[in-house]
Amino acid sequence: MTRYVLVGSGIAGFSAAETLRTLDPQADILMVSDDPYGFYSRPGLAYYLTGEIPEKQLQLFSKKGKLNLEVKQIIARVTNLDPIAHSLKTDRSGTLTYDRLLLATGASAVNLNIPGENLRGTVKLDNLEDIRLILSLVRHTRSAVVVGGGVVAVELVEGLVALGVKVHYFLRGEWFWPNVLGEAEARMIERHLAHDEVILHHHTEIAEILGKRDKVIGVRTTKGDVLRCDMVAVGIGVKPNKEVAQAAGLKTERGILANEFLQTSDPDIFAAGDVAQIFDPRSGHSSIDNLWYPGRKQGRIAAMNMAGQKQVYKRTVAVNVLLLAGIMTTIIGAIGSGRDDGPAYTTRGSSETWQQLPNTIATETGTDVSHLRLMVGEQILLGALVMGDQTISRPLRDMINAQVDITPIKPQLLQSDAQLGQSVMDYWIKTKS
Amino acid sequence: MNFPLSHETHHVQTLATGHVVPEPERCIQCGICSFNCPIGIDVRLHAWLGKPVADSYCLTCGECVERCPRGVLHFEKTGLFLEGKE
Ligand SMILES: Cc1cc2nc3c(=O)[nH]c(=O)nc-3n(C[C@H](O)[C@H](O)[C@H](O)COP(=O)(O)OP(=O)(O)OC[C@H]3O[C@@H](n4cnc5c(N)ncnc54)[C@H](O)[C@@H]3O)c2cc1C
Ligand code: SF4
Ligand code: SF4
Repeated sequence: MTRYVLVGSGIAGFSAAETLRTLDPQADILMVSDDPYGFYSRPGLAYYLTGEIPEKQLQLFSKKGKLNLEVKQIIARVTNLDPIAHSLKTDRSGTLTYDRLLLATGASAVNLNIPGENLRGTVKLDNLEDIRLILSLVRHTRSAVVVGGGVVAVELVEGLVALGVKVHYFLRGEWFWPNVLGEAEARMIERHLAHDEVILHHHTEIAEILGKRDKVIGVRTTKGDVLRCDMVAVGIGVKPNKEVAQAAGLKTERGILANEFLQTSDPDIFAAGDVAQIFDPRSGHSSIDNLWYPGRKQGRIAAMNMAGQKQVYKRTVAVNVLLLAGIMTTIIGAIGSGRDDGPAYTTRGSSETWQQLPNTIATETGTDVSHLRLMVGEQILLGALVMGDQTISRPLRDMINAQVDITPIKPQLLQSDAQLGQSVMDYWIKTKS
Repeated sequence: MNFPLSHETHHVQTLATGHVVPEPERCIQCGICSFNCPIGIDVRLHAWLGKPVADSYCLTCGECVERCPRGVLHFEKTGLFLEGKE
């Protein structure tokens, strides 16, 4: 009997376990993970922080009888991998052997690397343990400084506001999340945050976290200003957990390199999720998605191939639907300005493919509460960003995914007073019928 | 200006009769839908499996549709409904 070992209990690992169990009811499946809480919704953590759901709601299928996968689980950290011997070493349970291995080790939040980072009161939003820490500290927290652009940072801001904390939000650049959002889009979010009494500090970075008796009491900025606070929340980005694979001699770049079958440079080892840098034969690029649904799909395809099938992972356009400061935002395909003012970390809830833009013209329209941006290529739409009203987001996703020829409406889209939403909607209805 | 499209379009869709239908690609399994369903239907599991809520107890109250933070859920006229019309 083939022995499957899955490292990581996130969405990619769980989805692989589910698929393997469906393919083979008798299969010997072992899941090893260092997260004591097992499988839960990571994007859902933000709603636990704001109090919208209780902790137990994050755990999927915990009730008896629901998708009981009968997978053996070990809570331990994998410290060493030997591809030749087909074995793993962990910090707790000795050596394990495998026939086929999945590395679904995800990504971890990066540190600021500044003095004071170990003081009590410095927090992040990466896993369940982090939220538990924030909730335990919050009673003694009157004000907090949040740093970072992107989904996780803004979720930290909103979570802390919901918990009654006065929030100072430090932004390194001219506006919020500049490598994904344009100025008009970012300003919409910033207005909402300001309305919630968040104090925005543009062009501001922390040089040092100040403490007293091991606790945070403030920050010093790179300009030398001192601001008092009881908490520093960091959401500057993530890096893939590829160290074990790298030390074992598997090919890695930013993540663990995998081909279109999600196979690494060792044919018995597969990679999926936030750690996997996957080759796309269509574009010729290898890229990483830090997204929940692609993680699920990759886990499924990897499992099929581990079980001996030959399934290609077909990358559909990366889509994320976010609530940014209460504004429903859908990002589809390639939209990035590629403009950022600092070190290149990927952020959770984003995709590297958003930045891969060939020749495009951006065209946009908006009001105070809604905004639409289209990335218009030679003959097709390459990406779109829809904020506020979402009526157009599903047609756009379908059109971008199917690479619908937009030549007939291209001149219309590029007019200075273009009615983008309506033109796209009319065209979509026409091409569908 | 034709964008944003009027909110009314969306509203009418929400109140139409039918099943709650998920779009699994958008779902992040936060569980807000199941938590807020007044009669305890596990809407989240439906979103995981990509199955409409065909539960005869569903009140079609729209609570899950309204509360989902990712726009996963919408009402769709049911097959039964359409068959009935034919
Ligand atoms: C706050 C937050 C908000 C997010 N928002 C969104 C969003 O809006 N939309 C979206 O699509 N995505 C979002 N994401 C991202 C999404 O959650 C991730 O893309 C997804 O969880 C990745 O799944 P994974 O299985 O690859 O990795 P992970 O979920 O990171 O799981 C990795 C697992 O591997 C384990 N592990 C790592 N190293 C080892 C080791 N050496 N030994 C043993 N175990 C190990 C970890 O403990 C963990 O269980 C968000 C994430 C967070 C944290
Ligand atoms: S509320 Fe929406 S995103 Fe959350 S589990 Fe339900 S369907 Fe999925
Ligand atoms: S429509 Fe109402 S009753 Fe039906 S599943 Fe949604 S919340 Fe539950």
